Amino acid sequence: MKFGVAVYPGSNCDYDTYRVIRDVLNEEVNFIDYRETNIKGYDCIILPGGFSFGDYLRPGALASHTPLTGAVKDFADKGGLVIGICNGFQILTEAHLLPGALLPNAHGKFVCKHQYIKVENNNTPFTNNCEKGQVLKIPIAHHDGNYFVDEDTLKEMEDNGQIVVRYCDKEGNITDEANPNGSIKNIAGVCNKEKNVFGLMPHPERAAESILGTDDGIYILKSILNSI
Amino acid sequence: MLIKFYIKPRKGVLDPQGRAVAENLRSLGFENVKDVKVGKYIEVYVDETDREKAIEEAKEMAKKAIVNEIIEDYEFEIVED
Repeated sequence: MKFGVAVYPGSNCDYDTYRVIRDVLNEEVNFIDYRETNIKGYDCIILPGGFSFGDYLRPGALASHTPLTGAVKDFADKGGLVIGICNGFQILTEAHLLPGALLPNAHGKFVCKHQYIKVENNNTPFTNNCEKGQVLKIPIAHHDGNYFVDEDTLKEMEDNGQIVVRYCDKEGNITDEANPNGSIKNIAGVCNKEKNVFGLMPHPERAAESILGTDDGIYILKSILNSI
Repeated sequence: MLIKFYIKPRKGVLDPQGRAVAENLRSLGFENVKDVKVGKYIEVYVDETDREKAIEEAKEMAKKAIVNEIIEDYEFEIVED
């Protein structure tokens, strides 16, 4: 399986992501420059975390108009697997590959900690290695992770199983106290209708080796391997 | 011509910056402050003399890049620079 990790000016989780795929999953992986338009031969494109283009205008806005993101849109339209992590999630919403938008955290602060998330839909290429309802411990680190979508779209997404993961407590309870940023309905990650594009604020690539305190991110990354 | 974009959080969308600034103003004694919205002001200078064309272009710019209409409201005006 061949992965591509997008590199925009200001991406900063690109190497972490690359290393986990190469050294933990033992799969082929390349960096792809944001000016690139040819992404033939890849099975999965990862848009990593960071502050692409300095978060200028809006987080993810400028990156969503680059040649690479244009190619990623075509790739996704043809059914290619795309996963956006943190800033990558913001880029996917700005590119309209995913519904909704990511607002500044409700409390106005940057949040950086380990967070529990619950797998709401395990019937996606990104969660098929998880149990439905499984609780994963995965770090978050963001200022703009407050997921927002209008009520009609939210209803449609819930009916389609597009709400993939929600913030929860250790026992899997979806509560206001367990919501780290004010996201509507504790949403931590969503997919498109076709289920081949997934965005989430938590960082599975930072939770892929037990020495780091949790390797629950592996459940997500290995799901992708099952899907090809 | 100069296109001036005024952008603010859409009605009903949480504005943590605005809320913090409102609290700050009240703490300074401005007790009549009801609400604050913190937005953005963007100037786009275009090489264009036809006002109608500039208006159309401004709308396109807003839609494609300047504004995210899911979370932001905007107005613009066009002036001679």
